[in-house]
Amino acid sequence: MADLSCKIAGIDSINPFWLASAPPTDKYYNVVRAFEAGWGGVVWKTLGEDPPVVNVSSRYGVHQDADRGIIGINNIELISDRPLDVNLREIEQTRKEWPDRVIIGSMMAPIDEQAWKELAIKIANSGVHGIELNLGCPHGMCERGMGSAIGQVPEMVEQTTRWIREAVDLPVFTKLTPNITNILWSAEAAKKGGAHAVSLINTVNSIVSVDLDAMSPTPVVDGKGSHGGYCGAAVKPIALNMVAEIARSADTQGLEISAIGGIENWRDAAEFIALGANGLQVCTAAMLYGFRIVDDMIAGLSNFMDEKGYKTLEDFRGKAVENTVDWNALNMNFDTKAFIDPDKCIECGRCHIACEDTSHQAIEYAVKEDGRRSFTVVDEDCVGCNLCAMICPVPDCIEMRPVDNGKPYMTWPEHPLNPMKAAE
Amino acid sequence: MTHKLCGAAGGVSLSDDEIAANFGDLHKPLSQLQAMQAADHCIYCYDAPCITACPTSIDIPTFIHQIRTRNTEGAAKTILSQNIMGGTCARACPTEVLCEQACVRNHGDEEPVEIGLLQRFAVDHLMAKGGEHPFKRAPESGKRIAVVGAGPAGLSCAHRAAMLGHNVTVFEAKPKSGGLNEYGLAAYKMVDDFAQREVDFLMGVGGIEIKHGQALGKDISLRELRDTYGAVFLGVGLGDTNKLGLDGEDKGGVLDAIQFIEDLRQESNKAHMKVGKHVVVIGGGNTAIDAAVQSRALGAEKVTLVYRRGEEAMSATGFEIELARTNGVTVELWAQPVAIHGNGHVASMVFERTAMDEKNGTLVGTGETFEVRTDMVLKAIGQKLDGSALDGLDLAAGKVSVLDGYATSLTGVFAGGDCVKSGEDLTVQAVEDGKQAAHAIDEFLKV
Repeated sequence: MADLSCKIAGIDSINPFWLASAPPTDKYYNVVRAFEAGWGGVVWKTLGEDPPVVNVSSRYGVHQDADRGIIGINNIELISDRPLDVNLREIEQTRKEWPDRVIIGSMMAPIDEQAWKELAIKIANSGVHGIELNLGCPHGMCERGMGSAIGQVPEMVEQTTRWIREAVDLPVFTKLTPNITNILWSAEAAKKGGAHAVSLINTVNSIVSVDLDAMSPTPVVDGKGSHGGYCGAAVKPIALNMVAEIARSADTQGLEISAIGGIENWRDAAEFIALGANGLQVCTAAMLYGFRIVDDMIAGLSNFMDEKGYKTLEDFRGKAVENTVDWNALNMNFDTKAFIDPDKCIECGRCHIACEDTSHQAIEYAVKEDGRRSFTVVDEDCVGCNLCAMICPVPDCIEMRPVDNGKPYMTWPEHPLNPMKAAE
Repeated sequence: MTHKLCGAAGGVSLSDDEIAANFGDLHKPLSQLQAMQAADHCIYCYDAPCITACPTSIDIPTFIHQIRTRNTEGAAKTILSQNIMGGTCARACPTEVLCEQACVRNHGDEEPVEIGLLQRFAVDHLMAKGGEHPFKRAPESGKRIAVVGAGPAGLSCAHRAAMLGHNVTVFEAKPKSGGLNEYGLAAYKMVDDFAQREVDFLMGVGGIEIKHGQALGKDISLRELRDTYGAVFLGVGLGDTNKLGLDGEDKGGVLDAIQFIEDLRQESNKAHMKVGKHVVVIGGGNTAIDAAVQSRALGAEKVTLVYRRGEEAMSATGFEIELARTNGVTVELWAQPVAIHGNGHVASMVFERTAMDEKNGTLVGTGETFEVRTDMVLKAIGQKLDGSALDGLDLAAGKVSVLDGYATSLTGVFAGGDCVKSGEDLTVQAVEDGKQAAHAIDEFLKV
């Protein structure tokens, strides 16, 4: 069995699966249940200065598909609404009872040096392995000048990170908000401030739905709603890209990554690790199914690694980074065509109508003499867009087959039709 | 999945509650959650084969997509715009040989989409909601149309003609509307007085009057209707039944299955229905199955369904035959009736084994006989047209001859439903006939 232990910002963890700072890590009771279930660590729900915040009732909104499957959820909950001392005593107790598990203290404060440093020292004294700076919360706290209000200004990201480095001698994780134009600006700022690692992504600013009876965004709080933080499977693609950007940028080399964003199973986990993540944080999946999902994450990741012959996470960490390139580095001579396996085709016609209406009219539809329907790819017209293969309801029925055209690897900058090249 | 009734045990008759339970819904309606799951199984095919398989060409992928987006009312309108009796068809159609047989899911060795149940879900939703009728009438044309027969063909024609702006008078011989929906379908397919509720719904379009107790040839004549109305539609169905042609066919306890089913449908308390202890049903169609299964449901101790050919020749669908067997009906194939015994009341029937003559492909008796004890015989050997009041109309093979567009040999007289075609004794086909005939009449009246 593969070795799933991981090291991030100098902290050893029995596995890469941590719970992110959020409702599941709000108190001793939940965290102990998580550790019993097998989670390697938790980032305690964000702590602020006393007096604690007050939360509203009606806190989560949902984005569902037709079958009630959850695409994503959002929340308008604030940081921990329990007194700081209560949280710190519980962290201390949990650390004592679970010495092999990681606890990171998440914190936020107004943009004031003394406030950040005093709070960080208090949290450090509770025995946490590291401090995470919550610079991402996109709702409520940002209206008070905290969370994403800080995370959206690279100079403030650098400043707060530096303050914490100066205040405590612990690994520092700077948690980044995706609600910006370029994640690299924030990541570079965190690096300059001395962060050991960045945690990303925090939630995405969102309205998940509008209640058409109440005429209010959801979650509805007494007839009104507010934008909230979107998370879950839907945000995974956004997170993968931001993690990859940091992993492959020369300016952020050496910055470790605690990846967050829609990780629901071992495959998601493996994808983030392949794009360079040193550790992982999960929240929504646990909220939807309970802490037990970590079993499959551990077993599935282990099976995958055994199958591929990876003995440790480092064996495949970042392996997909070198293949993540700018568009200008892609091979313009690559050619792939759809092939429909007539034995597997159930004749639904979805590929035909998608291609006919919205793509390249490259799938011919005919009714045969026996009344059966046939769908055939016209190679000359197929541009290899993948749409038909994606929407086909039958697994492996439509295959994209690369064509061996004997042409060399040629990027756009080298391409004869590139007017910029002609101008050279 | 076949519904199983409470069986009569050891000749002990069933309690009222057991009988009531036996006549509950054959298929339970889908809940909202079940409907969403069933709808999710639909691929939303392009140019879907299920549409082609439906005699009324309901846009099935669209209405299922509408269920999926919770536009259930829109789904119902999609169905009803093609088939105003979508509610009955959802309950009575042999979907396993129509839309569900054509479902592409079958090609993937999967279960087909439950189209019938989804259709019922949508239509029931709209009917339960009530409110305004979903279809508007065109401006009054000033034209009057007579429809003979308030069955599926007649009412479908009346509804579409009314939508097209015409005024329709429907003449019905029986005291209630609905035709076989009211009098002929098995009770467990049409619970909660659905046939009458559907008629009420359909009448909501306006412009239709129904006159009951008006039998063609007795209370009204075709000549009179032609003189009074701009056009006439005949949806008279098949008013007569085939006979066995055996001595003793008039003995007590020997009945037409269709009459037995009609009496059963009209009996509000099924426990009051008389049924034999040992019932013999003769025939191989869905009427035979309905009679046999409902006899069991009423508490008959033994029910034997006898058919003269093999199972593959039965016009009942595989689902119906399985339904009969699941409910304890003995299916006796390759046997034909040769004698009815009994003193005043039937006591037994004699059957002769049959076989196919390989040389000329005809059915022949083998001479081997067997006797079945019985106190009730239900004949389900087919219905035929009662042509007595159809003077002047060309008939072919015992049915009314129609051209494309449902025009008969008499100018201005159109016909549809069971009285015009053979082999299509389906509610859904009758609805389609009535609808298309209404459009043909509309064209005719414009000339």
